[in-house]
Amino acid sequence: MNRTRRVFIATGIVGAAVLATAGWLRPRDLPAASGHALDGNAMTIVAAMVPVFLAGALPVDAGSRADAIRATVADVDAAVAGLPPSMQAELAQLFTLLGIAPARWLLAGVATEWSTAAPAEVASAIERWRASRIVLLRSAYDALHQLILGAWYGNPRAWDAIGYPGPPNLLQ
Amino acid sequence: MTAPNLASPHVDPIREGLARGWRVIGGQQAEATYDVDVAIVGTGAGGGMAADILSAAGLHVLLVEEGPLRSSSDFRMREADAYPQLYQASAALKTRDKGINILQGRCVGGGTTVNWTSSFRTPPATLAHWASAHGLTGYGEADLAPWFEAVERRLSIAPWTVAPNANNAALARGAAKLGIAHAPIRRNVAGCWNLGYCGMGCPTNAKQSMLVTTIPAALDRGAVLLTGTRAVRLVTTGDRVTRLECVALDAAGVAPTGHRIAVRARHFIAAGGAINTPALLLRSALPDPHGLVGQRTFLHPTVVSAALMPQPVNGFAGAPQTIYSDHFLASMPPEGPLGYKIEAPPIHPILAAITMPGHGTPHARFMRELPRLHVLIALLRDGFAPQSGGGTVRLADDGGPVLDYPLDAFLFEGVRRAFLSMAEIQFAAGAQEVVPVHAEGRAFTDLAAAHRAIGAFDLAPLVTPIVSAHVMGGCPLGPDERRAVVDADGRHHHVNNLHVADGSLFPTSIGANPQLSIYAVAARLATGWAAQWRTGG
Repeated sequence: MNRTRRVFIATGIVGAAVLATAGWLRPRDLPAASGHALDGNAMTIVAAMVPVFLAGALPVDAGSRADAIRATVADVDAAVAGLPPSMQAELAQLFTLLGIAPARWLLAGVATEWSTAAPAEVASAIERWRASRIVLLRSAYDALHQLILGAWYGNPRAWDAIGYPGPPNLLQ
Repeated sequence: MTAPNLASPHVDPIREGLARGWRVIGGQQAEATYDVDVAIVGTGAGGGMAADILSAAGLHVLLVEEGPLRSSSDFRMREADAYPQLYQASAALKTRDKGINILQGRCVGGGTTVNWTSSFRTPPATLAHWASAHGLTGYGEADLAPWFEAVERRLSIAPWTVAPNANNAALARGAAKLGIAHAPIRRNVAGCWNLGYCGMGCPTNAKQSMLVTTIPAALDRGAVLLTGTRAVRLVTTGDRVTRLECVALDAAGVAPTGHRIAVRARHFIAAGGAINTPALLLRSALPDPHGLVGQRTFLHPTVVSAALMPQPVNGFAGAPQTIYSDHFLASMPPEGPLGYKIEAPPIHPILAAITMPGHGTPHARFMRELPRLHVLIALLRDGFAPQSGGGTVRLADDGGPVLDYPLDAFLFEGVRRAFLSMAEIQFAAGAQEVVPVHAEGRAFTDLAAAHRAIGAFDLAPLVTPIVSAHVMGGCPLGPDERRAVVDADGRHHHVNNLHVADGSLFPTSIGANPQLSIYAVAARLATGWAAQWRTGG
């Protein structure tokens, strides 16, 4: 076992402990604005992650790309709003934790605010969670995988590129 | 009685029934109390069947459903609409460690509104195991045959004679090439349009779900249906339940409101499925001297193998599940290492996107190949071997259920074999690439490479995505109160007027898609109850 891996496992264990106690950091009540399941911090984090999960799928043109990212964040927000309160609370804890600078650095290796994070840093954080020895980090990856990819491919905007004709029109 | 063939997107039997004056009431509009003969919690395979039989016997029935009433006019064949409206937790329900994602219905008709119509009688090997290992008598093949025949007639369950879609045809082709037994799946449809959208609610009313069969029949007889209403607890006096306490959910159907509803009845039936029925019993703190409630909950843990075919498969079109292979069940003794049933799933964009491993460019490449994607699933038969104890339903702080299903080495050994079997079938069917759905997300172009890699896969929770669409067990049926929660007639061993009618009755998993097993057992039990209760028993 090399040093990098040892350090990684150590931070992983500390990270898991922090994550496990994240519930203490804030009340369980949802802080989001009315009409939204995600608060501003969570929206910013999701917006930073969308281009990583959807690399190769988002439009290339800068304007359409920005629109697509905004729309996907809104669709993630709507999807979270439909989840049971207990699952919404778990996600709120995760985003709250990731919004705290030391946890962001420790768990994601992201040095700056999420809104200005380098895409490569975000990408390496996501890749690390995917293969993490810590079940909690893998579950964070899994939740974001499901929310972001589900939001994108559930929207007819994504269907042309994947050869999905959409549902048949039965009334014709 | 076989249902008349009314399959059409232009007819909506639910909206017609509402116009005729059905007593369907949203929780927030419900009265504070109801007095009925029978209160049924849940409107899926078990609750629907019981409501039909008991209302036909002249009993006044009230059904409590947490989900909404939606019907063919609402079924727009869009995943983004269907999953939040019709499934528990928007189809993202998880076990405690998030290692298994469970697809479970949450709407009027329950799982039958959104299932893929596969109809299997309970396998004889399963019934034999229940008799020998669980002491369950009266549930042999011959005992159940008349009940299967009756519900098969009622729900138009018959062989599907239309050619399978290309996704299912690939399973048949691969299995044939390997000399592995496979067969067509029977389906509960009448006048099916072969569209492929069963999982989003049938838009033509062809699927003979509870939504369009038993529940309309009960409502036509004056049954009351409360939707958007959560059953909170059963209140007992002595050894009898006196009332069911419920709470209305908010307009979005997500959070409980302050509006409480009490249902008084002579008889109570729990039919909320194998996660919610044990949770209701636990919340009610009913006698459970042997700690059985919620134990031994089974899921048919399922793993997935994707493949790219040279020709278009279009797995989103055509009846989703029409071919199966039981080779890997039949060749394994049930009590030994885990066997598995092989089937094919529908392949729609969201389901494909959240199933295909990884993210970014490699994931986008799989998705661009959606039309050529062929997918198999292997459903592991849990609950037969001593090492296969299943999961445990417990209560979270908010009173909701949490299913703890440990993923252990015994299960993962079966998972590894299942990945190998599926890859072998897919290459035999002509796959150019096979992608076992696993965190590594690698695509293999030949069987030898796939075998080597699968043999070395790190198998662990959330490294190996596991899914389930079948919840079973947790309130098992049996004569011995030390081993079963309800007796062989479906009555709670310690609470006189409480009965169970859903998949939670099963002592093990079924080893096949469970809807027909639930229909037949619920029909048998409810027929017995009707005979006793209509005379005031």
